[in-house]
Amino acid sequence: MQPRVKTWLFLMPAGLWFLTMLVLPLVVVFIFSFGERGAAGGYVPAFTLDQYANLPARWAAFRNTLTLAPIGTVVCLLIAYPLAYFLALRTTPKWRTLLLILVIVPFWTSILIRSYAWIFILGGRGLPTLISALGLGDVQLINTPFAVLVGIVYGYLPLMVFPIFVSLERLDKRLLEASSDLGCPPWRSFLNVTLPLSMPGVATGCMLVFILLMGEFLIPAILGGGKVFFVGNALVDLFLQSRNWAYGSAVAVTLVAIMLVTVTAYMRFTRRWAGGRDDVSLM
Amino acid sequence: MTDHNDTITREKFMAELWRYKRGSVTRRHFLGVTGLGTATAVLGAAMPGLMPRPAWSQANIGDRVILATWPNYHEPTNFEAFTEATGAAVQVNVFGSNEEMLAKLQAGGSGWDVFVPTNYTITTYVDEGLIEPIDVSRLPNYDASAFDARFASPGTVNDTLYAVSKNWGTTGYAINTAKNGDVTPTTWKEFWDMTMTNFSGRTMVHDYQLTTIGNALKYFGYSFNSVDANELADAEKLLLDAKPHLFAINSDYQPSMRSGDAWMTMCWTGDGKQLNTDIPEIKYVLGKEGGELWSDFYAIPKGAPHMDAAYALIDFLLTPENNAKEALFHGYPVADARTNALLPAELLNDPIIYPAADLLSALEFGAAATLTDPNRAELLARFKSA
Repeated sequence: MQPRVKTWLFLMPAGLWFLTMLVLPLVVVFIFSFGERGAAGGYVPAFTLDQYANLPARWAAFRNTLTLAPIGTVVCLLIAYPLAYFLALRTTPKWRTLLLILVIVPFWTSILIRSYAWIFILGGRGLPTLISALGLGDVQLINTPFAVLVGIVYGYLPLMVFPIFVSLERLDKRLLEASSDLGCPPWRSFLNVTLPLSMPGVATGCMLVFILLMGEFLIPAILGGGKVFFVGNALVDLFLQSRNWAYGSAVAVTLVAIMLVTVTAYMRFTRRWAGGRDDVSLM
Repeated sequence: MTDHNDTITREKFMAELWRYKRGSVTRRHFLGVTGLGTATAVLGAAMPGLMPRPAWSQANIGDRVILATWPNYHEPTNFEAFTEATGAAVQVNVFGSNEEMLAKLQAGGSGWDVFVPTNYTITTYVDEGLIEPIDVSRLPNYDASAFDARFASPGTVNDTLYAVSKNWGTTGYAINTAKNGDVTPTTWKEFWDMTMTNFSGRTMVHDYQLTTIGNALKYFGYSFNSVDANELADAEKLLLDAKPHLFAINSDYQPSMRSGDAWMTMCWTGDGKQLNTDIPEIKYVLGKEGGELWSDFYAIPKGAPHMDAAYALIDFLLTPENNAKEALFHGYPVADARTNALLPAELLNDPIIYPAADLLSALEFGAAATLTDPNRAELLARFKSA
């Protein structure tokens, strides 16, 4: 009995936190999503499915999020994997530490400020000036979906690099030697040994980046010039501008539902992909 | 990037950043305050406890007062002087729209002591019970008779004074005429037509239902305040046609106008004045068809935590000497004759700040209905997500 009480006591802070900061707000949002907007905004209790019926009005926001979030995740992966591979397998320990610090350093500054820096890089006096000086024509980069994608990849890249790096660094190098001794050329060793063994890191990185991207609103707002509209931006407007809490809640509940479905499907998929091995953990 | 608004110290920037991270200010606020340097908000002192209170300060009004206001709208040295005189540090929250201010007060627990609502929102605040009546006896430096009634009267609802006049102004557009053969247009029709032709990719509109929809309505000659379904449908079509040609939908337009990325933007008086002062080829235009005339107020939200400090701050800022400094800083006209008597003639004769009577007479005050009308809010959302 005694140890059990102790366990409960230790779990209490986390449990309370979980309950008050996550479960209760979600319950409130769920209840609000069946209500109505007050005459001057806010929430009026009701039981109606009107808010859900009105979801197609935010179709564009869902479409943008569901396109750019996966694309951003894939681009992050394509850039992060070679980088992580290089860091884990092709550098001396001394250089590795230094390079790892360089990957971490951007985290010391808020993503907001770093995104602002991109306004100047992608703005008229930045890259477009260079491009037109090279005679490649006039382009507008800022306030386009491309700018948002650049910001996303830039902002989320470290979250992809680290899980992959960790899985590659833990790789037993003797396996590569064995593969080589058995006559595998390097590219086959990579495909048959390195890549499968790094899949847990890839799966974790993709999950981290994708989940955070689905809720993103800052980068589209700053680098999209208000023209690239994510679900996150729709939510900000519904709660802060039109003050339609009921509809905003319905959009939020829908986003959570989409996330649950995609994340569950993704986990099943990666489990199977990795051959059902137990060591393939996601987090 | 040459004007005096462009500086924000490292300390202030970090302070704002932390407030943003804590969630005590919004993204818009943070953008407004730090927004590529158009920063004016001031933390009177980051650590009020460390500020020595002057010994001669008689009334104890507490160590802080929290003000919710608009970007580029206060002379920072006035706040410093207030803190020195009273011991209360001024904490500033900057907002991007009246809708957002209302949303924060509706949600409750804003913690504000003073806020700056625009004329058309005050009746809603009264109806929703979100605003305190003003006790004039606690504002010794406020003199109602000195104010132009046209701009001060929306502060009175049902014969009760709820808000005292801060500034008034207009919503027009700013255009970099160097990009238009030095020709300055004069109408909203030209604004939208140029957006879709020779200014394609170079125009900005506000992220704000009142002005963006209102000025699209003016293209057709409708009322700026229309909530008529057919008229709104026309405005929506225009907005959707124009959207691919827009540089951005953002109320923080000064940085892009200054950098040359944007050539034309919907614009408020003071921003137009600030841009024109630094870059003379940027002109401020009031559409002949009309548009918005507005007035802003100081008001106290229900349950303000530092009520004494709130009255002290309003009284301090409405003292003509201080109010004149405010006007010199932000370039928005004042409705107080006592303050205007202290302002230099070139400011009072400036056509941006005090437009000609015939241009002014075409303008409309925003209507309360636009604030609460769900159709206008949804229209803007469709426009942004299209």
